[in-house]
Amino acid sequence: MIDYINLFIKSIFVDNMIFAFFLGMCSFLAVSKNVKTAAGLGFAVIFVLAVTLPLNYILFEYLLKPGALQWLSPDFASLDLSFLSYIVYIATIAAFVQIVEMVVEKFAPGLYSSLGIFLPLIAVNCAILGGSLFMEQRGYANVGEAFTFGLGSGIGWFLAIVAMAAIREKLAYSNIPKPLKGLGISYIITGLMGIAFMSFMGIKL
Amino acid sequence: MQKKMNKDIYTKPLFKNNPITVLVLGICSSLAVTVQLKGALVMALSVTLVTAFSSLIISLMRNSIPNRVRIIVQLVVVAMFVILIDQVLKAFSYDTSKMLSVYIGLIITNCIIMGRIEAFALGNRPWPSFVDGAFNGLGYGLVLAIVAFFRELLGSGTLFGFQIIPQTWYIENGGWYSNNGLMILPPMALILLGCVVWVQRSIDKEIEE
Repeated sequence: MIDYINLFIKSIFVDNMIFAFFLGMCSFLAVSKNVKTAAGLGFAVIFVLAVTLPLNYILFEYLLKPGALQWLSPDFASLDLSFLSYIVYIATIAAFVQIVEMVVEKFAPGLYSSLGIFLPLIAVNCAILGGSLFMEQRGYANVGEAFTFGLGSGIGWFLAIVAMAAIREKLAYSNIPKPLKGLGISYIITGLMGIAFMSFMGIKL
Repeated sequence: MQKKMNKDIYTKPLFKNNPITVLVLGICSSLAVTVQLKGALVMALSVTLVTAFSSLIISLMRNSIPNRVRIIVQLVVVAMFVILIDQVLKAFSYDTSKMLSVYIGLIITNCIIMGRIEAFALGNRPWPSFVDGAFNGLGYGLVLAIVAFFRELLGSGTLFGFQIIPQTWYIENGGWYSNNGLMILPPMALILLGCVVWVQRSIDKEIEE
């Protein structure tokens, strides 16, 4: 149990998707102009990460890994399909996002209109695909760990985008050198926040 | 007219419409690879190739792709090129491939590629799309190279892995200099990029916000 909590805390703070790996920066910068929409996108990212990671884990474990197809027939023991992982992951993510979009549109039209364009955009959010690729690279032991990692990274991303949006709302009233306004200062603030997040490094329960 | 449009395709992505500093596309997979110049250049080259060729393919198919499923079609085309690049890197330059780790795979979701396909390749003929993709990739590479140049030079005193700062300058050897460890940390990439944007917008007032 303590392992899971450890992994959870680590994926929120230490291995934060945005501040440590810069994943999902495009939507992070584009959508962090006010807190409400930022929170909406953040929730969607948490949800999609927490579901697609276990799914991709199962696919990798039983279809793609070297020798993974052994459960079908012993002849396949030497088969290595891991080069297909990119295409399988992105297909899973795109398909899942499409399903979520249809379900939300059908059963919760209010939420659908407030999330608007963000739902389809999640399919090409690097944080989602990055989560799956990190999962493969770090070799998590079971579905539970994959799920914990997905949930934790999602929450980390959520925290980052909400904090950024809050800062940018205040920033609208401050006196910034003209060429630095907008994009430039956003980059620098993200960098400073990243330095602050580095103080979590080495935390272990 | 034709000639002017063509010239714009070549020059705009490099400065005025630079994907990273003006259009805010493709930052995701770019910054983590700028610790060393070599990684940055390999990454830039891969992105240029993928953007150019997937723009070409999508442009060739643009009249037969149904609108509703176009995102999936685009992702599959892009993923195919990325797998090719990944396999080539693994076969011929394993160290670089290890260094870039997941960021090669993340080219698939690099917004530059999807952005150029959506904005340009779907509505233009194959050859201009190819050129547009290639030059957007180069514009991306240019910014990556600038950031990586400063990070590697100030952070480890090397360029392309060769020692630039003389060894005798270092404190350990009785000198006065020591590397700036902050430059190697991820947040510095963002701060440097902020400075690049600052310089660019001071030169060209038109793109100020």
